[in-house]
Amino acid sequence: MSQFLLSLIVGIFVGGASGYLGTLMLSKRMALVAGPLGHLTLPGIALALIYGFDISLGAFPFVVLGIVFIWLFEIRTKLPMEALTAVIFASGVAIAFLFLPIGQAEAALVGDISKVNRWESAISVVLTVFLFLIIIKIYPKMVLINISEDLAKSQGIDVKKHNLIYLILIAVIVALGVKIVGGLLTAALAAIPACSARNLSRNLFQYAFGATIIGIISSSLGILIFELTGFPAGPLIILVNAVIFLISTIFKR
Amino acid sequence: MKQEKSIINFLKNSAKDCNSMENNLILKVTDLDVELEGEKIIKNLSFEVKRGDILTILGPNGAGKTVLLKTLLGLLPHKGEIRWKKNIKIGYVPQRLPFIKDVPLSVKDLLKLKKSFDKETREILGSVGFKENLLKKKVGDLSSGQFQRILVAWSLIGNPQVLLFDEPTTGIDIEGEETVYRLLVKLKKERELTILLVTHDLSVVYTFSNYVICLNKQPICCGFPQEILTPENLQKLYGAEVKYYRHTH
Repeated sequence: MSQFLLSLIVGIFVGGASGYLGTLMLSKRMALVAGPLGHLTLPGIALALIYGFDISLGAFPFVVLGIVFIWLFEIRTKLPMEALTAVIFASGVAIAFLFLPIGQAEAALVGDISKVNRWESAISVVLTVFLFLIIIKIYPKMVLINISEDLAKSQGIDVKKHNLIYLILIAVIVALGVKIVGGLLTAALAAIPACSARNLSRNLFQYAFGATIIGIISSSLGILIFELTGFPAGPLIILVNAVIFLISTIFKR
Repeated sequence: MKQEKSIINFLKNSAKDCNSMENNLILKVTDLDVELEGEKIIKNLSFEVKRGDILTILGPNGAGKTVLLKTLLGLLPHKGEIRWKKNIKIGYVPQRLPFIKDVPLSVKDLLKLKKSFDKETREILGSVGFKENLLKKKVGDLSSGQFQRILVAWSLIGNPQVLLFDEPTTGIDIEGEETVYRLLVKLKKERELTILLVTHDLSVVYTFSNYVICLNKQPICCGFPQEILTPENLQKLYGAEVKYYRHTH
């Protein structure tokens, strides 16, 4: 199986799942969370690049750490999320560049999909399918929680538990996403398809399905253009996403 | 509807000794204390609700009215006793849904979040006067009157015996207000509902309720609106001189 095909498969599955999960990043709070998590992966990616193991594996524990941080900080301090995310952003990048060799900076920051091997590809696909199934199951409850925590609680939904599940899903998607778009752009991979889909949808199905499809299309196109031109895939994917978003605002319903 | 353990336990515990509760009694609250973030929001509140009552909770902003509703639902911790009738089903209409415009949600989507769309839902929509051709519309595109009706419809899914309604007319014009309250009275008759209504609007209290609790962090007065809403009591409640002219028809 050619490298191009392996990259494409990972791009399709992870891009699609990111788009799908991104539709649940509705409230400001939830959207803010994804950003710093992406930046926090950098120290983990740096370690992985230096010691030669899977960058998603390196990224994941740091993302989990980030989630725990954010969870604790939210509960313990009255600091607004914006302040916390700014601190976490900066710290993640700073720590990574203390020891990351500059030659490998690009892979860390914007990803290098051409490095993905058969093993990584298979694991990414399996994890993504798993993710999809979980998201499908919790989707209605998550939407309700986003609309009104009170309504959700009065329906007997365990809001804390679902928020935790959601955060874990984000951690996994961010860790998988670093393969494609590196540490800096993972939030965009999830958020932009959802924004585009929102402009074009009238109901929940169109929204969720639309974001998934847009995620798949932009990843595929980005990787295709990379194959043809040699420009880095990660940034290309995000740019395709941005163009789709612009088009969607023109056709906004 | 899958219920979380803690809510079930709350309702179970609050219904113990239910045999001692008269058939007519829906809710009994004794010495309720609610503290949030170190501040006492509700102090020493006691009252009863009988089947068929329309009870209004009146008070200025920040008086603890929304907190009271949420506590009655088991959403907030409390001291004191809240006893609901056994197996009671409660419908809740919150004051605001500020984030609903962020989701591309059709009306049908919203209703399906609670329960799959079926004959019962259709019947409820008819009851609240919501036209079915509006089901495909985005919730964010509804007029405030239509939106209010959908919230009421939502609360009626599952056939509750009690409705908890938090300031239903926030942000609706005068004409909308009349209709929502008329709707509530109509639904009450059709479905034998008991209604707990939070409001800051005195006219609503006079026109629609048979019992009022005046709340400003602590109970100021309780009783029949005609007797209780004296200028002295209103002054205590709102902390300033309130002149209210009651039109007698």
